[in-house]
Amino acid sequence: MTKEDIIKEENLVYKKPTLLNDKTMHYCPGCSHGVVHKLIAEVIEEMGLQDKAIGISPVGCAVFAYKYIDIDWQEAAHGRAPAMATAIKRLLPDRLVFTYQGDGDLAAIGTAETIHACNRGENIVVIFINNAIYGMTGGQMAPTTLEGMKTSTCPYGRDVTLNGYHLPITNLIAQLEGARYVTRQSVHTAAAVRNAKKAIRKAFENAMEPVKKGASFVEIVSTCNSGWKMSPEDANKWMTENMFKAYPIGDLKNN
Amino acid sequence: MSEEVRLMKGNEALAEAAIRCGCDGYFGYPITPQSEVMETLMKLKPWETTGMVVLQAESEVASINMVYAGAGCGKRIMTSTSSPGFSLMQEGVSYIAGADIPALVVNVMRGGPGLGTIQPSQADYFQTVKGGGHGDYKQITLAPNSVQEMADFVGLGFDLAFKYNILCVILADGLIGQMMEKVVLPPYQPRRTEEEIRKQCPWATLGRTPDRDINVITSLELEPEPMERRNIALQAKYALIEKNEVRYDEFMTDDAEYLIMAFGSAARICQKAVEVSRKQGIKVGLLRPITLFPFPYNRIKEHLSHIKGILSVEYNAGQMVEDIRLAVEGKVKVEHFGRTGGIVPTPGEVVDALKNQIIK
Amino acid sequence: MAKFKGAVEVNKDRCKGCNLCVVACPLKVLELSKQVNAKGYRYAQMANEDACIGCASCGIVCPDGCISVYKVTLN
Repeated sequence: MTKEDIIKEENLVYKKPTLLNDKTMHYCPGCSHGVVHKLIAEVIEEMGLQDKAIGISPVGCAVFAYKYIDIDWQEAAHGRAPAMATAIKRLLPDRLVFTYQGDGDLAAIGTAETIHACNRGENIVVIFINNAIYGMTGGQMAPTTLEGMKTSTCPYGRDVTLNGYHLPITNLIAQLEGARYVTRQSVHTAAAVRNAKKAIRKAFENAMEPVKKGASFVEIVSTCNSGWKMSPEDANKWMTENMFKAYPIGDLKNN
Repeated sequence: MSEEVRLMKGNEALAEAAIRCGCDGYFGYPITPQSEVMETLMKLKPWETTGMVVLQAESEVASINMVYAGAGCGKRIMTSTSSPGFSLMQEGVSYIAGADIPALVVNVMRGGPGLGTIQPSQADYFQTVKGGGHGDYKQITLAPNSVQEMADFVGLGFDLAFKYNILCVILADGLIGQMMEKVVLPPYQPRRTEEEIRKQCPWATLGRTPDRDINVITSLELEPEPMERRNIALQAKYALIEKNEVRYDEFMTDDAEYLIMAFGSAARICQKAVEVSRKQGIKVGLLRPITLFPFPYNRIKEHLSHIKGILSVEYNAGQMVEDIRLAVEGKVKVEHFGRTGGIVPTPGEVVDALKNQIIK
Repeated sequence: MAKFKGAVEVNKDRCKGCNLCVVACPLKVLELSKQVNAKGYRYAQMANEDACIGCASCGIVCPDGCISVYKVTLN
């Protein structure tokens, strides 16, 4: 049986979701953003929520998320996405409202908006891409940058006497009464991607429940191979050896 | 239908009017001297009657971004604040301008700079009329001079905002917010249905229906040419507003040899000053801009044939006076008289200033 | 003998040659091409067609949604 015999519509077992359109994404080769975009599109498609989903894109590499997933979007000022999601969900309670934010956006400039939206128990989903660096602006130190890790604004490695410590904001979120589902996932292997998809699905299902029970927060521990100056493969390896110690994978809270 | 006349504070009238004008959402943060707005809304619980959402945000930064998001859904959304809070909001204000969406912000001004004072001021004229945030943008600015106008300008502000897809600012001062007067409240107007919003605001992010492409609310454009096109379109919109929406009020200007110009509560004091001056034989009239952007440049020019000088009276160190001078182009004398720090001038002080600075 | 046989179709214009699919494949089916695509990237392609069981690991980890996977059950 040849390849040509197998490649037929009836034998298809995997393809990118159609909600993720055909535009080539601007992300660097091997970037985790692409996988997470694909998962969001898959879950929305599988849940049939194309007409109910409203996404909030951040400032950072994912600012153009709206170019790739064919739903309605609003593009936020840096860090303000959870405040925006709050308003949209309150005004349109039957919609799926989610934010898509990086570590600088969510855990530095937008810390207040993140914590307060979760603490109010907004029935929203926060997708948090933690790659421990500012990607779009060129690899500067993020709140989640690990101690000793080199970036363009801590070229000799993050020094705690100068810059303090990496911020495990997801652990803080898990302490809040208003946060209902808090989980940390990754997308570096097929198994990890399957788990991350389940987490996103659960978060979206939570947010579509008619009774407000609290925020769902999904951290994806990610790579930024360009910012880290590694190949995508090495970046995945470095992530599992270093990032996972500071940001262990698994559910922090599931109510 | 009988009119509903009530005695209330400007801030309370504003809140009542918001509910009656079909407002969909209010997002605010407490700050003196406008805290009664949210207090009144929370007391009235409009979410149980009209369905209006009211939420206390964690900061003015958050509240203006809630306004931005709600406005992006085509909803009638407002916030209110006072000067330091309005400074914090400039980020969101600029994004609202860049994204071409309609919203209403009320600034009940207090004295500055910095934390300043909680007493009345008009020192945010420049901030509001000349920009305030980053980028080339304008916002329609309405200056109420009574509790009645605080109520009336909510509906007017929303109408103008949606007519042009622009931010409308009600620029009140602490005096208007805090003083109690008789007010006729507007009749109840239902909130628009989602169908009506989809029709009126086809750009709104309400969820993509199969009959249309996706909607995106954004001010981002990395390519210079489309970005310039957006800027040119914005400027064209502002020019249209300058042509269509200038509003002002006049008192005893027909035979005037001198003009006093003032906005907001300062205009009330100046009206008294005009009456006092007239009794002393001084032919003076009052021109009160109601819209600060668009500014009544042309109306000022029309008066130049018969007046000898203009006194601009403001609770600041001289801001609107610069726009008056732009209109006058040096043809007559234009001077500023103001008090700052939360001090409100008396009519007597205004009359003296008119005599000493303009007539002498 | 495998119970399943698979095949991988790569959208080579969309592929950025990140190599993550090559690494993800448990049976070393994929490789990066010697040629480059219009964007200058070496793209993923099947090197060992017979080994593919259609597990879709390559497609699942692909950040750019370039990969479709087909699978048949063998008797």
